Amino acid sequence: MKFKCPECDGEIETKEVIEGEILTCADCGAELEVVKNAKGNFDLKVAESEGEDWGE
Amino acid sequence: MVQTLSLLYDRIRVEEKEIINAAQKKGVELRPVDAKELHLTITDFSRDEGFGDIAIERCVSHFRGIYITSILENKGVTVINPFSVASLCGDKLLCSMKLARAGIPTPKTVVAFTKEEAMKALEEMGYPAVIKPVFGSWGRLIAPLKDRETAQALLEDREEMGNPLYQIFYIQEMIERPPRDIRTVVVGDQIAASIYRYSAPDDWRTNIARGGRAEICNLTEDLREVILKAAEVVGTGVLGVDAMETKDGIVVHEVNSTVEFKGAMSVSEADIPGMIIDYALQRVKK
Repeated sequence: MKFKCPECDGEIETKEVIEGEILTCADCGAELEVVKNAKGNFDLKVAESEGEDWGE
Repeated sequence: MVQTLSLLYDRIRVEEKEIINAAQKKGVELRPVDAKELHLTITDFSRDEGFGDIAIERCVSHFRGIYITSILENKGVTVINPFSVASLCGDKLLCSMKLARAGIPTPKTVVAFTKEEAMKALEEMGYPAVIKPVFGSWGRLIAPLKDRETAQALLEDREEMGNPLYQIFYIQEMIERPPRDIRTVVVGDQIAASIYRYSAPDDWRTNIARGGRAEICNLTEDLREVILKAAEVVGTGVLGVDAMETKDGIVVHEVNSTVEFKGAMSVSEADIPGMIIDYALQRVKK
């Protein structure tokens, strides 16, 4: 699958993805979350950044 | 009756992916629900549809996870782990007390509420010691206090930090241990897998999230017993029990809810995600 990085517009190519998965842009290093857009297609948005309460 | 499960997440990590795959393999319907896309009424306790018979809560954000758990429980949904377990394990202070009260060997820990008292506590305990925030994970803000100067500097920094929970000074004896600890994934009353976590070459903490390395650990019968008891004491669920080897035996320093098992999965043949699904299904039947 091919995406455009919403941060730097770089090309991101990946295997099968699932909603909620995090991809990292090889160009700019942004962490991107796989989401479904209104049309039901996969899209990328910048992921939440690490919070103080993150982890197990 | 077809049993349905839901998986509450805010980030799909390897663990969540594997849980989804395990459900698929077993032909179990599991609905992933993004917690970031939920809003829930908390003044109406009619059964909320959409979460199935049981919800597996896997939020990476601790507070998000425990509040969702409480809301769903109030609406009659069974959640793994229950609120009582997840909230206890998310608080190092409460968890240490629980373990100690139950007679589980755990490192000596002192709590103070001001920098001045924390310094006194450190003088009594002696250096080196370890300071940890009462909440949080991945070794974040956990620091070794090698001497008085380091402690003073670190506590002053802590005072500058806005979050009031950072003003709860949780101070623990530094355990003399090999450069590894033991992470055991416990599912219900079963040990799923146990690994040594070796700290990364440039770190003293053993968290896999900090670059720690996993190696399989074969638990002795005595260790199994202590670890299973620790899991039972906090209320049972899908848990990560962390222990350290000392010259006088094992100490359990932490029990984690929303356990990360990527490290364990990389070296153990145990089907941890499959066990989690089976455990959830058993809970439905009860």
